[in-house]
Amino acid sequence: MRKARDWLPGLLLVLPSIILIGIFVYGLIGWNFQLSLTDKHLPGPKPGEFVGLDNYVALWELKRWTDSVWNLVVFTVVFLGGAMLLGFVLALLLDKPIRGEMTFRTVYLFPMAVSFIATGIVWRWLMASDSAAGLNGLFGAVGLGALVDGQTWWRDPETGMVAMALPAIWQLAGYVMALFLAGFRGVSEDLREAGRVDGATEWQVYRHVVLPQLRPVLMVAIVIMGHMSLKVFDLIVAVAGNSTVAEVPAVYMWKMVFDVRDPAFGASIASHLLLAVAVLVIPYLVWNMRNERDSS
Amino acid sequence: MRAGWKAVGAAALAGVLMATGCSGGGGGDDAGKKVEIFSWWTGGGEEAGLNALIEKFEKDTDYTVENAAVAGGSGTNAQAKLQARLEAQDPPESFQGHAGKELQENIEAGYLEPLTDFYKDEGLNDVLPKELTEQSSTDGEVYSVPVGVHRSNVLWFNPKVLEEAGIEKPPETTEDFIKALKAVKDETDAAPITLGVQWTADHLLENVLLAELGQEGYQALWQEDADWDSPEVTKALEDFEEISGYAETKGGDWQEAAQAVVDGDAAFNVMGDWAAGYFVNDLKKKDGEDFGYVAYPDTDGTYLWLADTFTLPVGAKNSEGTMEWLKLVSSKEGQDLFNPIKGSIPARTDADPEKYDGYLKWALGEWSDAKLAGSYWHGVSATNRQKDSIDNAVGNFLSDKDPDALQKGLVEAAKNP
Repeated sequence: MRKARDWLPGLLLVLPSIILIGIFVYGLIGWNFQLSLTDKHLPGPKPGEFVGLDNYVALWELKRWTDSVWNLVVFTVVFLGGAMLLGFVLALLLDKPIRGEMTFRTVYLFPMAVSFIATGIVWRWLMASDSAAGLNGLFGAVGLGALVDGQTWWRDPETGMVAMALPAIWQLAGYVMALFLAGFRGVSEDLREAGRVDGATEWQVYRHVVLPQLRPVLMVAIVIMGHMSLKVFDLIVAVAGNSTVAEVPAVYMWKMVFDVRDPAFGASIASHLLLAVAVLVIPYLVWNMRNERDSS
Repeated sequence: MRAGWKAVGAAALAGVLMATGCSGGGGGDDAGKKVEIFSWWTGGGEEAGLNALIEKFEKDTDYTVENAAVAGGSGTNAQAKLQARLEAQDPPESFQGHAGKELQENIEAGYLEPLTDFYKDEGLNDVLPKELTEQSSTDGEVYSVPVGVHRSNVLWFNPKVLEEAGIEKPPETTEDFIKALKAVKDETDAAPITLGVQWTADHLLENVLLAELGQEGYQALWQEDADWDSPEVTKALEDFEEISGYAETKGGDWQEAAQAVVDGDAAFNVMGDWAAGYFVNDLKKKDGEDFGYVAYPDTDGTYLWLADTFTLPVGAKNSEGTMEWLKLVSSKEGQDLFNPIKGSIPARTDADPEKYDGYLKWALGEWSDAKLAGSYWHGVSATNRQKDSIDNAVGNFLSDKDPDALQKGLVEAAKNP
């Protein structure tokens, strides 16, 4: 057995954060799950009765819930796909030593520094029905005005959530670019040279030498973007306010808790969100830990 | 190579930091002579009116007021904060809220003291309209004291656009209204009617329902055995479909939609009477020239009302101070001080008409002998849950334009209020 002197100071050092995280993160997660299993549908001191998974079952029977989940799926697919693709292309372009690389990198990264609320408000104007300004004005100016027909983009029942993903792509494509660029730079130049010596074209170098080594970056990007997308709230509210057509689970949860004041129902939506994020994050963490163990 | 992965790690960390937020909380205060008044009145006439009340209160009594107003989101931020404080049994001495069922959960949770005796002691039953107190009561008890009243059923119009469309006088019936909308669409470039964010459609719906069902029929919708499946409701929803079909939906909240009327870009807008203050004070427009107003068609003589009220929370540290505050806000003096500044009319029927001009003068005249119907969207008639369900049905209607589905949604919403 090791002497206390060896492990005690280290433990004492991290103990405060273990306790705080234990209470404020895991404790509250536990409390939320407990709440979601009760019938506490009113605020107030009276505790609820245990009802098992009733709230979860009730939720899936609501068209409103399945609608909001569908909205989120559309948003996530378009946002993830768009940001990854655009970020990847930007990184590819900047990977070549070009003049003013620093400037481009900074410019593409800047939107990330803006809060989703500010982005949302600007894009609400850009996507507004006004045919003289914003995106509609742009389409009109190039003679494609008939295509948009003076519509508010995000209000369209079919394609509204696709439009809603545009500001998110705009905001985070630069971040994906930074991730990929760091990934590209992490691939040793020797390997690329070796490929070129063997007669590979530039495209083949990327396809067969660089890309296979980017898996960690891809994973990081998907996990980070994915969990942001699942929790999306501020962007939606800033663009659409409280609109049914753009309702996603996080907005629905907020309305249940603060408008309707139904803690148990809101908690069951929160649990769904946490589980959805966990499904994304936990495999990544496991994969990450296994990798680290292998490499040490 | 290692350095490269570090960069990935750093970028990843930056993303996580960005994705998380943090927020701080407030603290409590000592009791004594301090009266904490909680509201979401942080700007414009609302704030000025509240400050005038506070100033008078501090002069007339030896209490000091702590103004705990929370800004933002037309009260939603304040609601969240308030709920947390009520839950923690740390209530303010009084908080602002709309009269009626909006307070229902707080009443059921046991957060509010009944004020029925206060009404009796202060003689409020003689000076407040009987229907007002009835419609804001729960099981025969009343839980808040009104300071000012707003009207929901006001049709705002632009006289010049109406003239251009060949409409001689503002419409008085739904039939005329729909004809007028068509005339504007055919004869002018202006939008016949405007809507803003989703709740403005809820607001229009309560007006259409009142117009078709009348005061009694509308009030019956909010009773326990309400019949939302009736042919009258079907007819109202057909009107709603037709009227909203003429609407141009603006991007912003209600302001942008209302502004289109005074700017001459639209003929009509249906909005509560807070729009009057916005037109005159913020946009510097002239009553009668840039805009006019009538009761929403087929609702003349009925006041679709909502009221700002103050409450007495259970466990307020200084409830004597609360009582003093409630005495002031329910007094003739207090109401005549507050309402002209805020842009609402006093709930009391014995107010001094000299203090009100422009729109408010007209409104005060209408109030004194109007029948009353409680606004559902602004908290009088519907519980928060029913209101939320109705809003969801209206939101779906705006996408699918299906009045049958809307009616089903409304029936459903009434089942679990």
